[in-house]
Amino acid sequence: MERTAVRGRLNWLAAEVVELIDETETVRSIVLDCPGWPGHRPGQHVDIRLTAENGYQAQRSYSIANSERGQQVVITVELVDDGEVSPYLVGELVAGDQIELRGPIGGYFVWTPDLGGPLQLIAGGSGLVPLMAMVRLASSDRQVPVRLLVSARSWDSLIYREELVRLAGEMPMLHIDYALTRTQPSNWQGYSRRVDKAMLEESAWPAADRPKTYVCGPTGFVETVAMQLLALGHDPKQVKTERFGPSGG
Amino acid sequence: MAIISRGFKGRRQQDSPLDRVPPGQYVTNDFPVLSAGPTPLVALDKWNLTLTTETGQTTAWTWDEFLELPIEPINVDIHCVTKWSKLDTNWEGVSIDTLLAGVQTSAGFLLVESFDGYTTNLPLADVTHGKAWIAHLYDGEPLRADHGGPARLLVPHLYLWKSAKWVTALKLSNEDRAGFWEGYGYHNYGDPWKEQRYAGD
Repeated sequence: MERTAVRGRLNWLAAEVVELIDETETVRSIVLDCPGWPGHRPGQHVDIRLTAENGYQAQRSYSIANSERGQQVVITVELVDDGEVSPYLVGELVAGDQIELRGPIGGYFVWTPDLGGPLQLIAGGSGLVPLMAMVRLASSDRQVPVRLLVSARSWDSLIYREELVRLAGEMPMLHIDYALTRTQPSNWQGYSRRVDKAMLEESAWPAADRPKTYVCGPTGFVETVAMQLLALGHDPKQVKTERFGPSGG
Repeated sequence: MAIISRGFKGRRQQDSPLDRVPPGQYVTNDFPVLSAGPTPLVALDKWNLTLTTETGQTTAWTWDEFLELPIEPINVDIHCVTKWSKLDTNWEGVSIDTLLAGVQTSAGFLLVESFDGYTTNLPLADVTHGKAWIAHLYDGEPLRADHGGPARLLVPHLYLWKSAKWVTALKLSNEDRAGFWEGYGYHNYGDPWKEQRYAGD
């Protein structure tokens, strides 16, 4: 387990919006060009700061969705109805706008190929964001086998769905199971219920394989999944969790 | 000079009493859970709390012994490094001053350990004189496991990662030693009013 202490001060950097991608009706990815970005590892996040004309400031943290090196940072933001920041990021921001960010933050919920595998990723809703950065890196590295179990309300609410299908089709070392909990397309072959112990037994690497496991999503989801993994014999030290919200928008 | 975000209005300025909300924080009515791993489940008959001085003298309490200590009500604001603040939270617990009452120490630091292996570190001066507790009730109910129950350290004037959940050991030390998050780049002290989130802040 790599422990990288942050050296020096994390300064606020100016980033420019270069592209906006609507992932679902309520989720948008924002591609930011950030000169001076020191690079990041999948699983890390970034702090965003917005400043209103009267000087009022708001900060939020967002997981980083991309894995490439360079100065590009991609965040994927879910609209929270009564949120303060997400309606701005998802609804108002346009290419050319600038926002301040600093990071990367976090050193524990991180995966890089040198940590090995097999890699087990379990995502609930927008918890898929940091795990997608891991999927993207694993897909370009092609050394470590990956199993991803992702839970979403419906196919249309599943973020990155086309890319997931494409990557799984291209890479024999990536296996993805989908659990659509509310509605399913006709002829649906995947799971149609919430993640439970039986599903984990079928879908996830068994404990005997000693997988590196990352679970991310709403805290209720993460609690349930983590407890089921422990009941299946997984080592709690090999199960890393990142929990979202309620985040306040 | 911060960059102005075109069209951003911010909505919560009226809601938040500014003198109680540290910079960069927003007030929430929820109580978010942010733990790095699975929630450990600690049976009360296996629970114990130890306090060890810098010379190796140890005092220990079982759960029943802990409950016999003077328990006080605690009403405090809490601030998480992930930006949320929660005002007027109500707890009950035992003051660290009570635990230290029978102990001779000249140590400068407190190293804290939790049942799941989590650690954090603080200056001793930041947990004495009414600044910190071992808290076991929240809103009048037993502290939920995912919020750190059976008992957690509570140090409300610092970011909440210093308030170690599932606390089991307090070690007085002459030397400071970075705990779990401190080792991953979070600030060694963590004063929310100075916005000391990350090392170097």
